[in-house]
Amino acid sequence: MSGDSMKIDVHHITRVEGHGNIVVDIDNGTVNKIEWQVPEAPRFFEAMVVGRSCEQVAPITSRICGICSIGHTFASLKATEAAMGITISEQTRKLRELLLHGETLQSHLLHVCYLVVPDLFKLNSVVPLVATHKDVVLLVTKLHRLANHLCDVVGGRTTHPIRTAINGFTMLPKPKELESLKKQLVEAVDDLKKLAEVVKSVAGNIPDFVRETEYISLTDPSDYAFYDGQIKSTDVADPIAITDYLKVTNEFIVEQSTAKWSKFNRDSYYAGALPRYNNNYTQLTDLSKAVATDLGLNGINYNPFMNNIAQVVELVFAVERSIEIIDWLLDNNLHPEDRSFKIREGQGVGAVEVPRGILFHDYTYDQNGKCVKANCVIPTNQNHANIQLDMEKMVPEFKDRGQEQLQFLLEMLVRAYDPCISCSTHFLQVHFV
Amino acid sequence: MKPKVAFFDFACCEGCQLQVANLEEDIIGIVELVDLVEFREVMTGTALEYDIAFIEGSITRKQDEERLRDIRNRTKFLIAYGACATTGGVNKIKNLRNLDQVRQEVYGADWDKPHLDTYPTKAVDEVVKVDYHMHGCPINREELVRVVKSLVMGIVPKVPDYPVCVECKLKENECMYDLGKICLGPITRAGCGAICPTNGAPCEGCRGTIPDPNKNAMHEVLQKHNVTINDIVEKFTMFAITPEVSK
Repeated sequence: MSGDSMKIDVHHITRVEGHGNIVVDIDNGTVNKIEWQVPEAPRFFEAMVVGRSCEQVAPITSRICGICSIGHTFASLKATEAAMGITISEQTRKLRELLLHGETLQSHLLHVCYLVVPDLFKLNSVVPLVATHKDVVLLVTKLHRLANHLCDVVGGRTTHPIRTAINGFTMLPKPKELESLKKQLVEAVDDLKKLAEVVKSVAGNIPDFVRETEYISLTDPSDYAFYDGQIKSTDVADPIAITDYLKVTNEFIVEQSTAKWSKFNRDSYYAGALPRYNNNYTQLTDLSKAVATDLGLNGINYNPFMNNIAQVVELVFAVERSIEIIDWLLDNNLHPEDRSFKIREGQGVGAVEVPRGILFHDYTYDQNGKCVKANCVIPTNQNHANIQLDMEKMVPEFKDRGQEQLQFLLEMLVRAYDPCISCSTHFLQVHFV
Repeated sequence: MKPKVAFFDFACCEGCQLQVANLEEDIIGIVELVDLVEFREVMTGTALEYDIAFIEGSITRKQDEERLRDIRNRTKFLIAYGACATTGGVNKIKNLRNLDQVRQEVYGADWDKPHLDTYPTKAVDEVVKVDYHMHGCPINREELVRVVKSLVMGIVPKVPDYPVCVECKLKENECMYDLGKICLGPITRAGCGAICPTNGAPCEGCRGTIPDPNKNAMHEVLQKHNVTINDIVEKFTMFAITPEVSK
């Protein structure tokens, strides 16, 4: 089939979180339409938390997304703590970092292994791999079970954490649980090396496509940033304060889709594992750097599909950091802390790196600790414009491969971003033709 | 022949279908027991008819109602799973406020564009007949396995109709009220293993109210601990507990 005329209409693309459509219309070589659309149902979280007391805000906003519930909880708690002038203890910070690594592991394993790898094997789901590659599937389920176990031990539940509260944790893991967790994480390092080999064996099927864009993530002088840091853009020399996030995210509404989009110094920017890697790769551990090099990531990279490889690299990093944090917690005699705090009027912003990129929550509270205003800016929203512009470059470049192959590549592109559409439509709604 | 099973989602966080992935090795067992024909988040593929359809999420738009009715017409057994589907969950918080005001707060100047329309959130059984309610935010994945196993054997399992306090006592937890917390355990449907109190946090009521809750006992507990109705209204409304219980 030639690239002269084709109509692609992927209604509700599969193997992504949430509902999205891809529409391409090419007539006699003229591209009439290339659209990335989001028809997910609206949920209005920012309005839901108005009038609610500060303790209830994080448990509600956790429900924006099942996959990133831990990250939403932390962005929410950090915003509330900033508004109330609360400084958390080092113990709480370490426990939160550990739990956030648990979520990165959960999410990246699920995304890379269950949703993306089938494309690289040219299969429609992970299910046929149970018959042909049972050892690999069992390796993945073992690692995923460990990631969930970490979240259970620290957060009390794998999804929508229970123990996470303002200024601390309602319950702490027992030293024995942490010791056992550490043992399993140490074993997981070898399992991840095996997993990286499997990914490498099919990495040749990652499309050769390049589009340089602006890459935005957190950055922190002391570590490869996940829990804390300032905003870093590849287009700006100095980091930007979290409280200035609106200058970066600039959400706007476009005609072709009512999904709010973002742009900063260009027409779009990229948030996620690849931007984190591009901004902070020198801060990776030796092993995660080695895995990156082995899988073709050698410093700043402009292929959007390499986001999935950056996720594999971050799996190794998250396991190594988790082991270090557990050592710290065991050495520092984990103990219950006073979680009390004084309610005050004010506004605060919280930012964390969730699996899909940089996430902001921003709340204003009255003198009784009731929320009067809320704003949440989600990584997938920040990526919608970048996905659209990638598609606009990709369609002319790949249209000669024929409709079927082009459609497959466009779907793969969307999956590469690991979009979390439930998140991104926590307030918006799109109708489509 | 293996039963054809499909999973669908409406307005939700997809955290309940995540619990299916979180079954880990048990998924392999389930995949051997049933024929998974449609599950957009994990596979490419569709089917015309189903033996069991799992519905996640709330209904918030007219076109969602049509899609749900179509699924109902094509399935023999329909399971609403997760709080958004069984009670409306946190999505019903918006029903407590003026809808136009909610839309203005979120969309600003664009709030009344026709494509930004929404209607008050409905649970799945407010639109179609539901054969089994699998409660929780998120669902308890052991319950999911139990229900699938039962249905494959031709048994419709029973939904617990006793309160979370029963399970909490079995766990020998200290009562949240004695710790100075307001907990919805006395009137909330069990089945979660009292997971929140067991982790040091009060019950949020995510599994909905038990049928015929003991209101007098609840009032006694509240009086004993000097908790007023105003203190608990906010707790009651996070997961759309029926307003009459809070009276």
